[in-house]
Amino acid sequence: MKPLEILKTAIANSVRSKLRTTLTILAIFVGAFTLTITNGLGTGISNYIDSQVAAVGSSNSFTVSKTNTNTAPGAGPAKYDPSTRVLAAGGRPGATELALSQADLKSIAAVPGITAVTPLTRVSPAYIEWNGHDKYQLSVLPLAGAQPQLAAGSSLDDSSSQSQIVLPVTYVGPLGLSDNNQAVGQTVVIGIDDAAGNMHEVSAQIVGIEQSSLLGVSGGFINKALSTALSNAQGTGAPAAAKDAFADATATFAPSTQAQINTMKSQLSAKGYTAQTLDDRIGTVKTVINAIIGVLDAFAVIALVAAGFGIVNTLLMSVQERTREIGLMKAMGMGSGSVFALFSTEAAFIGFLGSAIGSAVAIGIGTVVSRALARGPLSDLGGLHVLSFAPASVAVVIILVMVIAFVAGTLPAWRAARQNPIDALRYE
Amino acid sequence: MSVPILAARDLTKTYGKGPDRFDALKGVSLEVQRGESVAIVGKSGSGKSTLMHLLALLDTPGTGQIHVDGTEANDLSTRRLNALRNSLFGFVFQQFFLNPASSVLENVALPLKIAGVGPRERRRRALEVLEQLQLADKAKNKAANLSGGQKQRVVIARALVNNPQVLFADEPTGNLDTATGRIVEDILFDLNRKDGITLITVTHDHELAQRFERRIFIRDGLLINTDEEHAA
Repeated sequence: MKPLEILKTAIANSVRSKLRTTLTILAIFVGAFTLTITNGLGTGISNYIDSQVAAVGSSNSFTVSKTNTNTAPGAGPAKYDPSTRVLAAGGRPGATELALSQADLKSIAAVPGITAVTPLTRVSPAYIEWNGHDKYQLSVLPLAGAQPQLAAGSSLDDSSSQSQIVLPVTYVGPLGLSDNNQAVGQTVVIGIDDAAGNMHEVSAQIVGIEQSSLLGVSGGFINKALSTALSNAQGTGAPAAAKDAFADATATFAPSTQAQINTMKSQLSAKGYTAQTLDDRIGTVKTVINAIIGVLDAFAVIALVAAGFGIVNTLLMSVQERTREIGLMKAMGMGSGSVFALFSTEAAFIGFLGSAIGSAVAIGIGTVVSRALARGPLSDLGGLHVLSFAPASVAVVIILVMVIAFVAGTLPAWRAARQNPIDALRYE
Repeated sequence: MSVPILAARDLTKTYGKGPDRFDALKGVSLEVQRGESVAIVGKSGSGKSTLMHLLALLDTPGTGQIHVDGTEANDLSTRRLNALRNSLFGFVFQQFFLNPASSVLENVALPLKIAGVGPRERRRRALEVLEQLQLADKAKNKAANLSGGQKQRVVIARALVNNPQVLFADEPTGNLDTATGRIVEDILFDLNRKDGITLITVTHDHELAQRFERRIFIRDGLLINTDEEHAA
């Protein structure tokens, strides 16, 4: 029997007992539906995180700080070293971090692969105001290479000599601006205290408005020109040495493979620096989400395994019912291989029907629900589509279900194949 | 004398083991010439069906050999054996074994499908053989909607569609009334006489057996020379 004929006959056979086939397909449908939904959830959330991550920093840069070798609790006080300086750091009270000096920056830049090193200056503006309206507190994020998700306007230009800022959407109303589009292009005034306590005012142009985001940094993004201006204003009157101590630096590198990144990391580590890419910092969030999706997937697979037993049952009944037919076909010279192929193809076809319908319905319902959520409860998180379906992963789901169905079909198919034509024909 | 189409030597067949052991055949030898019509006659349990199944290569004998057209069947691979059954033999069963949900045409074309013949050719040859049996108008009907006589004619059409050289029939008229049975018998003998198809039929019906050129009587797994039931 030719393969195409086997396929056609298997399809014809599977629709012969409609009620039984339909029930089996329903069981598979539930599994495939769940698996597609959990998959869509995983894809949707990962996509969102990826876009959010891009907002916080570029993927081809390290945040470099000096490795503090003496932080183990109970290790006692660290010995004083005149060549290092210490800055107060966040975290538990009394925590300090080692400062980076100009010499450190040069040393970092010397690592092969690093293209540029920018010290991260922490500037602490006092307020922001527009056009004489009320003043509001502001924190700024001088993250090199950050690509905030914009609701209006354009991205920052680090090469421009003009001072630029991207503000979160929440600032638009309070500052007295009527909407996002009006805000873009306006000049705001940022007030900042210097070391001697005098207030300086620096003006900057709003180039973009940022969507509200999950990784929620409620500050403005500033470009290099504004960062320099603010840091100069802040540093006015400070001792020269203070200007030269940085908590962290951003080291950028050309797009590299993971292996190259790891090499650079270990070289930096050998020099006594701690380098983290964005993935390192976001990694834990992703791991947790992947674990949750994995658990959901496991439930879906359990449902599918249960459906697999349904297939075994359906086909065993089918084999029983068609015993004489199988005997007849074997008497007419059909080989055991063809009989086996006929029944396992039927199983795979039932699996295909169940998974294709399940996936299609899941995509349909998932898209509607996801849109409704994005408009309603989740509208604060712009750009979040809880469920999104990648063709590749849907195809994987369908193929996986077909494989489960095929495996489930092998037992009945084997039973059918090994039947002796005579016993089968005598069967009443 | 030419090589017999079927030759059996010292066939035995045993079912079961130990106390349940049952010897269905205890050493049967026979030859069937090309174009012959042979009736295997015996009571139920005599081993006549077992003998036919062995001759049709549907089952393997315990001991003994079967030669098909001079070839020892034991030497053939399963694949060759399947192909041989498909191309050389046709089967007519008492219980028809039609697929009730399929059309008459599909039922008749089944052996061709198994042989790997294309759909167009299958249709042509199936229609041809249905024409021959005056069933062409029923080609599209579901097999379930036919009368017993029509069903048995469809079964004969299915057996003939491969142009077999040997037609095996197991109680071909067993499920039919006398008049319809007669029509089916006439068809079978016609095929034997006009087309030269070797006809091997298992029956317990002595009236039917009388119409064959040769009768083989079997009792308790052994061939006997005379129809002792009628002789007695």
